[in-house]
Amino acid sequence: MSAETQTADPVAETTERRINMIEAINEALDIMLERDDDVIVMGEDVGYFGGVFRCTAGLQEKHGKTRVFDTPISECGIIGVAVGMGAYGLRPVPEIQFADYIYPGLDQLISEAARLRYRSATEYIAPMTVRSPFGGGIFGGQTHSQSPESIFTHVSGLKTVIPSTPYDAKGLLISCIEDNDPVIFFEPKRIYNGPFSGFYDKPVEPWKKHKDSVVPEGYYKIPLGKARTVQEGEALTVLAYGTMVHVAEAVCREKGVYADILDLRTLVPLDIEAIEQSVRKTGRCLIVHEATRTSGFGAELSALVTERCFYHLEAPVERVTGFDTPYPHSLEWAYFPGPVRIGEAIDKILKD
Amino acid sequence: MADAADNPSPTGDNRPALALHVPEPRSRPGDPVNFSDVDIPEAGAQPRPDEGAKPEDMKDLAYGLVRVLGDDNKAHGPWDPKLDPETLRTMLGHMALTRAFDERMFRGQRQGKTSFYMKCTGEEATSISAAMALASDDMVFPSYRQQGILIARGYPLIEMINQIYSNKGDKLKGRQLPIMYSSREHSFFSISGNLATQTPQAVGWAMASAIKGDSRIAATWVGEGSTAEGDFHSACTFATVYNAPVILNVINNQWAISSFSGFAGSERTTFAARALGYGLAGLRVDGNDALACFAAQQWAANRARANQGPTLIEYFTYRAEGHSTSDDPSGYRSAQEREEWPLGDPVMRLKNHLIAIGEWDEERQEKMDLEAAELVKKTTKEAEKNGILGHGLHHPFHTMFEDVFEELPWHLKEQAEQATRERKIKWPDSHPKDGAGK
Repeated sequence: MSAETQTADPVAETTERRINMIEAINEALDIMLERDDDVIVMGEDVGYFGGVFRCTAGLQEKHGKTRVFDTPISECGIIGVAVGMGAYGLRPVPEIQFADYIYPGLDQLISEAARLRYRSATEYIAPMTVRSPFGGGIFGGQTHSQSPESIFTHVSGLKTVIPSTPYDAKGLLISCIEDNDPVIFFEPKRIYNGPFSGFYDKPVEPWKKHKDSVVPEGYYKIPLGKARTVQEGEALTVLAYGTMVHVAEAVCREKGVYADILDLRTLVPLDIEAIEQSVRKTGRCLIVHEATRTSGFGAELSALVTERCFYHLEAPVERVTGFDTPYPHSLEWAYFPGPVRIGEAIDKILKD
Repeated sequence: MADAADNPSPTGDNRPALALHVPEPRSRPGDPVNFSDVDIPEAGAQPRPDEGAKPEDMKDLAYGLVRVLGDDNKAHGPWDPKLDPETLRTMLGHMALTRAFDERMFRGQRQGKTSFYMKCTGEEATSISAAMALASDDMVFPSYRQQGILIARGYPLIEMINQIYSNKGDKLKGRQLPIMYSSREHSFFSISGNLATQTPQAVGWAMASAIKGDSRIAATWVGEGSTAEGDFHSACTFATVYNAPVILNVINNQWAISSFSGFAGSERTTFAARALGYGLAGLRVDGNDALACFAAQQWAANRARANQGPTLIEYFTYRAEGHSTSDDPSGYRSAQEREEWPLGDPVMRLKNHLIAIGEWDEERQEKMDLEAAELVKKTTKEAEKNGILGHGLHHPFHTMFEDVFEELPWHLKEQAEQATRERKIKWPDSHPKDGAGK
């Protein structure tokens, strides 16, 4: 198994330090600003105020205004200047306040950042990490809930990374910042403060009760391109990332299904080895994401599993996704791919 | 703007009907040309403010036209950069070489040696003279019509031709459309097909230089048509917000393919005047006046280097040739425009200036032009040994998959293997390593 397996010890009493995902991201940025003079953090409201989600709190005061600063409200400008900074030799970490607002920067990401190394035959590179909160489940409506990852996974030259725990968020973000390729780092804002089970009528647990909120203080990295085995099981393989890792885990627990749950962590490059090994073991595969269904990343995963594990499959590959509509406000829980939709899909996969 | 709406509205209310104004150029194919509305002030009449001047105190320069070379071919006024004759001859030499290069490469495209080419005829001063006013390590973010910068910076001609032919000598491995050069060694940023994207990038590079306390500045070039792109607005905003040491050069050559500059907004203002709204210094310059181009760029470079802020310079010029080898301008503009363009030809004007000051003559000019043509011809022959487009002497197949990322991920490895398999099926007799195809 190429995926990293973490020991599942639900620690009740511990002296180990536990932090939430916001604090983990803040620490990763702080450490990288400290370690590398070329790291620059910028974006709308990230400087003095510390970010609308507090991810950059205190960083400007500690590292100075030329390392951590506010920008005009221009995503095209933010990404565009980051490309130029990368060409100079800096390692910018721009923030886009919501993934829903990354679109004005798409030309700079797709036509420029993603292709710069290729088109210049390595003369120029874009070693930048675009951080952006994404995903729904927070009554964010149409423009504070989207999951546009498949727009980026479709672009040659971009890496796409999505953490699902504070431990991963810190280690993956450090890897992204050190990576010489442009990375889209989507932060599932629904789980900034605590993992979300998808059972929205139940109280939300804070991260401090979760094992993956034990985060080392110093520098550590989690390699890109490696999935994480959330739990091992035989019944079926669940492929998920971001918030949906926790939702899928909760539904399996609720149903008493022993699933092999893989948190993909990096969508490009994908840990195909871990996926193949798991599906060949279980013979069944469920793919879960919040993003809309048609041409979503689940379609790519489904195609890969079908192409590479066809003779091991005992049931059709199922996809549980958001519906093919804009993200609604009042009908959020009817839209969200929650326990009922996941449960139904699991039943269908396991029925014979 | 006399699209008056005298008719009552068809919707029945008593308000006048609205009317959409669609800009129309001065002349279309077959029409006579009249440039009498183009205001050409006397050379030397424009003041040269201190490089630290406030943008609002130099408004007239954004609406006027900075000119040095007069009808008498002499340099006039405070913008005269007072270059020594040797520098002027060097400048003229770069222009002659650029023009000879354009001629040859255009012909090469017509002969099927490459797929595409774009000339810069008539605009040589806006790249060559401007670039000569910068330090060689100032970073430039050009568009596709500044080949003059590479020539002024001594980039090997053979590298340019190899790139245009996408041959096995092409430093960019045949990945880029012809003329989309890149040379880090010459502080020349990789050219992109997407318009105006280089403008915020130049600002970002300049910001980086300022963050690091460096002394280098950045300059970018964009056509007047592309100033309509959102990126240009971002660039101007970021440049002023952070006081970035950057020069934003707008080449107003009157045409964006078939669309005259009115579609970029020229009917009611100048492109230099856009600077004022951002709090940028704005200069409008005779783009066919090599001395004015040099002087304006030098002024802006001094300003940027002294942390006095960014400058937007509009070069008022004329795109003398078609947009590209894929374009036929006789389909949308009067053929007489080029001849009647009131600012003349930049190469002729510089040549005449050198002659007027007794530092040049027609014989030397003839010799220079001949030598330029010979050099290009010789270098072209040399480059053709590396192959021309579609004749097999390209980079090996696997290079197609390299440099997408720093390291080849599994899915690209698989696709590279597929390409190798396909190649063996298509050309079973070829050598596996040379990548020659056949």
